[in-house]
Amino acid sequence: MQLFPCPFCGPRDETEFHYGGDAGNARPDGADVPIERWANYLHMRGNPKGVAREVWVHMNCSEFFVMERDTVTHEVLSSTALDGGHAQ
Amino acid sequence: MSAKRLQSGGSAIDRSRPLSFSFDGHTVTGFAGDTIASALLANDVAVVGRSFKYHRPRGIWGAGVEEPNALVDIGGATPTTPNTRATTEAAREGLVARSVNATPSAATDRNAFLDRFSRFIPAAFYYKTFMWPDWHMFEPRIRAMAGLGTVDAGWTPKQPSAQVNHHCDVLVVGAGPAGLAAARLASEAGFSTMLVDDQPRAGGSLAHRDGEIDGRSAAAFVEETVAALLAAGHPVLQSTTAFGIYDHHLVGLNQRHGDDRPDTLWRVRPRHIVLATGAIERPLPFANNDLPGIMSADAALSYLRRHAVLVGRRIVVATNNDSAYEVASALAAAGAEVTLVDSRAREIPGAPAKVRVVSGRRIASARGTMRVEGVTLDDGTRLDADSVAVSGGWTPTVHLFCQARGKLAWNEARAAFLPGDPVKGISVAGAAAGAVSLSDVFATAAKAVPGEPKGTVPRSTGSEATAGIVAAWPSRGAHGRVWIDYQNDVTAKDVELAARENFVSVEHLKRYTTLGMATDQGKTSNLAGLALMADITGRSVPEVGTTTYRPPFTPVPLASFTGSRRGELMAPVRRLPLENVHRGDSGVFQEYGGWLRPAYYGGGEADRSIQDEALRARQSVALFDGSTLGKIEVIGPDAAAFVDFIYYNTMSTLKPGRCRYGFMLAENGVVFDDGILVRLDEHRFIVSCSSSHVAAVHARLEEWRQDRFGRAAVYIHNATAEMATLTVSGPNARKLLETVGLGLSLDDADLPHMAMGQGIHDGEPVRVARVSFTGDRSYEISIRADRAEPLWARLREAGKAFDAVLIGLEALMILRAEKGYIVIGKDTDGTTLPHDLGVEGPRAKRQNEFVGRRSLFTEEASRGDRLQFVGLAVPEGEAPLDTGAHAILRDGGNLRSQGFVTSSYMSPALGRPIALGLIRRGAARHGESVEIQHLGKVRTATIAAPCALDPAGDRLHA
Amino acid sequence: MTTRYSALSLLKEGLAGQTGWKPAWRSPEPKPTYDAIVIGGGGHGLATAYYLAKNHGITRVAVLEKGWIGGGNTGRNTTVVRSNYYYPESVALYGLAHRLYEGLSKDLNYNVMLSQRGMVNLCHSVGEMEIGARTVNAMQINGIDAELFSPEDVRRVAPIYNFSPNARFPVFGGIWQGRAGTARHDAVAWGYARGASRLGVDIIQNCEITDFIIEGGRCRGVRTTRGDIRAERIGMAVAGHSSVLAAKAGFRLPINSYALQACVSEPVKPILDTVVLSPGVGVYVSQSDKGEMVIGGALDRVPSYGQRGNLPTLEGVVAGTLEMFPIFGQLKLMRQWAGIVDVVPDSSPIIGESPLPGLFLNCGWGTGGFKAIPAGGTLLANLLATGRHNDISRPFDLDRFATGRLIDEAAGSGIAH
Repeated sequence: MQLFPCPFCGPRDETEFHYGGDAGNARPDGADVPIERWANYLHMRGNPKGVAREVWVHMNCSEFFVMERDTVTHEVLSSTALDGGHAQ
Repeated sequence: MSAKRLQSGGSAIDRSRPLSFSFDGHTVTGFAGDTIASALLANDVAVVGRSFKYHRPRGIWGAGVEEPNALVDIGGATPTTPNTRATTEAAREGLVARSVNATPSAATDRNAFLDRFSRFIPAAFYYKTFMWPDWHMFEPRIRAMAGLGTVDAGWTPKQPSAQVNHHCDVLVVGAGPAGLAAARLASEAGFSTMLVDDQPRAGGSLAHRDGEIDGRSAAAFVEETVAALLAAGHPVLQSTTAFGIYDHHLVGLNQRHGDDRPDTLWRVRPRHIVLATGAIERPLPFANNDLPGIMSADAALSYLRRHAVLVGRRIVVATNNDSAYEVASALAAAGAEVTLVDSRAREIPGAPAKVRVVSGRRIASARGTMRVEGVTLDDGTRLDADSVAVSGGWTPTVHLFCQARGKLAWNEARAAFLPGDPVKGISVAGAAAGAVSLSDVFATAAKAVPGEPKGTVPRSTGSEATAGIVAAWPSRGAHGRVWIDYQNDVTAKDVELAARENFVSVEHLKRYTTLGMATDQGKTSNLAGLALMADITGRSVPEVGTTTYRPPFTPVPLASFTGSRRGELMAPVRRLPLENVHRGDSGVFQEYGGWLRPAYYGGGEADRSIQDEALRARQSVALFDGSTLGKIEVIGPDAAAFVDFIYYNTMSTLKPGRCRYGFMLAENGVVFDDGILVRLDEHRFIVSCSSSHVAAVHARLEEWRQDRFGRAAVYIHNATAEMATLTVSGPNARKLLETVGLGLSLDDADLPHMAMGQGIHDGEPVRVARVSFTGDRSYEISIRADRAEPLWARLREAGKAFDAVLIGLEALMILRAEKGYIVIGKDTDGTTLPHDLGVEGPRAKRQNEFVGRRSLFTEEASRGDRLQFVGLAVPEGEAPLDTGAHAILRDGGNLRSQGFVTSSYMSPALGRPIALGLIRRGAARHGESVEIQHLGKVRTATIAAPCALDPAGDRLHA
Repeated sequence: MTTRYSALSLLKEGLAGQTGWKPAWRSPEPKPTYDAIVIGGGGHGLATAYYLAKNHGITRVAVLEKGWIGGGNTGRNTTVVRSNYYYPESVALYGLAHRLYEGLSKDLNYNVMLSQRGMVNLCHSVGEMEIGARTVNAMQINGIDAELFSPEDVRRVAPIYNFSPNARFPVFGGIWQGRAGTARHDAVAWGYARGASRLGVDIIQNCEITDFIIEGGRCRGVRTTRGDIRAERIGMAVAGHSSVLAAKAGFRLPINSYALQACVSEPVKPILDTVVLSPGVGVYVSQSDKGEMVIGGALDRVPSYGQRGNLPTLEGVVAGTLEMFPIFGQLKLMRQWAGIVDVVPDSSPIIGESPLPGLFLNCGWGTGGFKAIPAGGTLLANLLATGRHNDISRPFDLDRFATGRLIDEAAGSGIAH
């Protein structure tokens, strides 16, 4: 059981969280966005082995935040509220 | 008689409490404090089991969790458990134990003949044969031989296992000298401490090895330390195995209670872990080293001192290290005739009293059939023996360290892998860290406790164990069969075979030969196997490396992991506020999308009841509990822009007090949900989503709110559980409600179709929405969930005058299907786009952004041959189509699916079957007939518009 | 030396002390150039090399494996072989694999122990039965064996299931594929390795790719821990680590890596003859020929490259197992582990040329790569040999993520939407 630090609720069990995707995956708007760009946004992923920046949601409080963690060791490096507030 | 119980001694047994149990049908006697194994030894039972493959007779090897041989199925007075280690299971009065993999008994197994063919069925032989004519010809017989213990098919679950979460500063695993010292020091340093140990009593090696601590007996040290820990409020758990260290250092413990209670699972989150897990003695390699009567020297000492069992009269103690000298000395002192064979010629301890020492010699082979009768040394010397106690050295128990991503370092002098670079938050102490003498053990324990040293480190004041060892690994080309993995019957020759065939990686070695894959997971065998592989391939032992250490350290009952998560507690259903009322009306409940809801009412035959409800709903008026409908409020200055973005349909143009039907798409364009959006006022909407999608819709709304709009612009509140929604539908719906009185005008001018009004009932505010999922005039009345019951009763009462009918979900499904209204996930699938459902407008016209927009213009989304939503009619007089049937196209000799039936019912209002489906190019094919196949049978249907009843929609206003 | 495997050769070697067996595969030093390189010595990579040699006569082939062959998901999965798929594209792919599996032991002269004792996917409600019927009909139309099982049928093949009237997940029926079953996973890797090696393929273990050699916008080879190795056509079949290699090659994939856990009980005498899957519970169970209950469940919740099990997922999976088979409450868990799988949005594999010309992909198998090994190998071999798709591999090209033409089995069978 990993412990993830919700910026609002503090360290909580991993089962309370839901993975939301790569951080910084900006959405291109418009019906005429080049399809490659749209597919890139919709499907392509960094999926790094090692340090990753990801969006997560703490389902208990519904708040989304950015978490940095190591996808191999599972060490959590930081978590940041979307509005810039830091946890811990 | 060879093994026997001594007249006195035995620190673990209580001679005032004799007991008896049965093993393979024979009565075995013992005392409280015996394990099954110690009692079997005391009764001189040599053969306790059969090996997995060759059905070799096997005796007790060890005295602990590493036991590869002595597995028994237990039952009788104790909970039924297959494959129980006799060395760790307490003997109990009335227990029934059966040897595994033996028919009828371990002593007389009828499959013993297999051993005679062993030369033809070496490691991995099965990959090389049974291919012709076919594996299926051979598999049944081989499969019938599989397995060890037997599952009791009549077994029924007992009370659930308890599960405990626990936090502490320091968790110490192992209550031997290192663990006790570390726990005491941690406690004295002010840490909240927990000490766990897999034996029934604390002490570890102190319970049978020599030692004097702070001038007192080891027993006194153990007792006082445990008492001090308990007095300071620290939990000390015996018979508790730390089986795994998981992510972020969560430690799993399995606690056995020694009675009928199921084991308890502990999830412990310590700040620091001290592993004082000891070491496991290895066998020595010689031919027939698996004969019953050949056992671990340390186990022989343990049985002697803990259970007063002397394992033989004429004992050969064979060793390559110093630790067996104490064993030989003790066995001789207890009256056995002891010969100590030390493979080392030099730098060996002095001969113990009454022990004959043969140095510089190894055992070459053992002889005997059902138990060892003697050994032959490498110089040809024959020694008679009824028991052979062997020590091939010690393997530190580093499983948990490695599970926590710790790396091992090979120590040539110790002939062992020791913990390498430290892992943050974990320290290793005692024999697990390679310490041998008690002084070293205590020194490692002192270092293992985090922070500045506080408290007093125990001092060893007696004789000290020494670490001398010269490795004795299996060697190439040895004569006879040298057994490495006892349970899985892996010999040195099998390792040589694996090497010859290029299975030289340690993981290939394991998988090819099954070395270390048995229930003991190779605790006594892995190192010997990989050392031999190193020798054969000219590599060093660390170059070969170890296999990965996986949890659990020892097998853990599945029931421990389950705890109370079974039945409804495993996957709870959601329940209606009015469930009991519906049950009072004979509602028959079924689960729909996680909700338990009335399928229909009355005790009659299901189909008849459902048809009757659907028909009467059309005739007068129906009452339906729609409380599961989503009610998510969207509030704030950007609420209108927000719902525009969320919905496929433009929603910002909706006027306050009005409702609009729409789709929500996923970003891939697929219709994710449908439902009514209500605009309460300029900045306030209610998203009424599908019952089963509430949580998912809520999550999506939150995501877009936070990611795109900002917290201050929109606020989202899921009020689904707060409100009950009661639906009144049918030609007489308005008349019924007018007799109830809801405090608002039901006049069509004031409350037209797709409008919402605020009323009051019995002092409680109600929202009345004129929306319809039946095609008839309908009113959805939402009220605080805990005030819904009186309103429902009032509706029931008023309904009597109109012959109102209670309808369940099944009748509702018919009513909506008659109208061609979709149910997402039933009439759509994960590829359905909005225009497949005939809603093309927003895709064609909308100029502003919405979720999923770009995906509606991909190549795939623009294809002309998409599956489209249609109705399906059958020839007159025929039965309804089968839901799940496919429309087929004959393409030469092949069939191709052209879509499928998604909903199909007998319509009581129309008096004929109706069906909905997704059919390729269906929208343009109304009137065409298609072949419909279900389970091989083909029928014909005609493609039609989805709406079969009242296409003009007059009934909405009737 | 004994090369051919048979009962007779076992007998002969038995008399000779098993000393005449040849290495199952050679371990040569890598050559500087090959006609084709296959990265990844798992089932798919080894099968690719085998079929390159067997089907296309291309034998100057190297399989580069960073660890030991078969050590990834091939050696970590729960060994189920089935082709109970919904879409014709999937049926073509997995049907090919299934047929090849049926002849594999004889083809390779290596008993992979394909055990076709059937598999039932349970349905726990009327709604699930409707979807079950939709799936069975689709399978039958597509030429795959399938039956829609009644509760009595389920009871016949899995009598120890929880048929209690109070069961949380009652049985309304199921989808049965009689040809489904299990195979011995390691044997598949070793059998292909032996077959490929005998045809001249070099299998190079402990050879990790550190970079790609890219010249003129084309992949011309790889840099490895054992030196540079060149080839004009390079295939990668490195499930779980596809994104890592893609990053070295300069592109991204529609993949997230997740741990998929599995566990086994201690071995017991046979009591469960078939594979039983409950989508409602999220667990499937079979009993191995050694007697262990082999238990698989859903993916972990957290994207990860850590090949290890954890407690929360295990607890859920075990709870589901005991809900399905309450009598397993007397069993003990012997071992748990995890493999890292490529999770793709539509849960279908990616087969085709990568954005880097000369580099071809075989990835994205999600939780189901083992059953597809013979097809994955056949198709990647065809791509490497011809540079072109055939009809079976074409729909699985990476371009489907731009065209929107996804092959989403879960969507088709109504599970996720």
